[in-house]
Amino acid sequence: MVTLLTDAGEFAVEGAEASTTALWCPARDAEAATGWVAKPEGLCRGSVCVPLPAGREREFADGGRIDLAALWRHLDQPAVSSDRGDAWVLAQSARDRVATLAALQAPDFALPDAAGRMHRLSEHRGKKVLLVTWASW
Amino acid sequence: MWQALYEELGDRGFVVIAVAMDSREGDPLPWIEAAQPTYPTLIDREHRLAELYGIVNVPQAVWIDEAGRIVRPAEPAGAYEGFRKMNRATREMPEDAARLTAHAKVTYLDAIRDWVRHGPKSPHVLTAAQAREHLPAPREDTARAQAMFRLGQLLARRGEREEGERWIREASRLHPESWCIWRQGAGVNETGLAALPEFWQRVDGLGEARYYARVDMPGMP
Repeated sequence: MVTLLTDAGEFAVEGAEASTTALWCPARDAEAATGWVAKPEGLCRGSVCVPLPAGREREFADGGRIDLAALWRHLDQPAVSSDRGDAWVLAQSARDRVATLAALQAPDFALPDAAGRMHRLSEHRGKKVLLVTWASW
Repeated sequence: MWQALYEELGDRGFVVIAVAMDSREGDPLPWIEAAQPTYPTLIDREHRLAELYGIVNVPQAVWIDEAGRIVRPAEPAGAYEGFRKMNRATREMPEDAARLTAHAKVTYLDAIRDWVRHGPKSPHVLTAAQAREHLPAPREDTARAQAMFRLGQLLARRGEREEGERWIREASRLHPESWCIWRQGAGVNETGLAALPEFWQRVDGLGEARYYARVDMPGMP
């Protein structure tokens, strides 16, 4: 079992086969965690498709699975894994984060309160929001 | 401070969302219970807001309008670095430093009041071009550091403390501007982290650089 952290949240992927350099996930889990799916034209997320290097397609998608680590390297986005390869974080590059911010639409998020109830920023649409950070230290 | 502001302005279509950048289980809970806020107080153990908004310290705030647009990107929320001049034995602040600290807070709170009353006509609402100028510069080391921090938090949470702490230290090394990451890796004692010599050493290491970035707002010290 591999624990996978992405922008969409935390996922426990039972059928994953991973090391510190590879992260083969069943296509369905890969899509749930990252939005990426394998298509004849390459790997796609929404309307965006990334062509794969000719002759190397099976390094990325093979037998109903996707190597998300290879995809993340191909996309030049940060991916880090635990020493045992059983925990992975797949993140967005800084240029993509800042490009998103430059559109000036506040990125949505879901975080728990002290009772564990989840709140989303988008629930407060229609109000002015002061989003302020603090810490107990 | 936010509770009073929320009580004052909450019926004018304004809400505070306070997010604790804490990671240790239960850490923020006594503070939330003591303050009894009536606005949402959320807990961000993996520092997702740092990734999404470029937060590097607390208190930093983002102003978001009714349409979900950022009208002021992340910046110190009424905080000023007067504490750097405090007597570290007595924790007293010289009068001028205390005055500037209080002035920064009042100036910031008044700016929020002005925004809530006047909306886009408030001089504190940045134009799109100004807001973009205030965004953090993209640094790939920062993105990688935030991913490492998230991994470290996950490992620490499931009991693999040693490896988790190693990732958090590595994240701090890659992203030294983040006081949020550094603090999570530095540990705390019962008197609060600010009393630790390591904290003062790191603050002193800033030299002339700011601990709280300058806030681009008329009257702000």
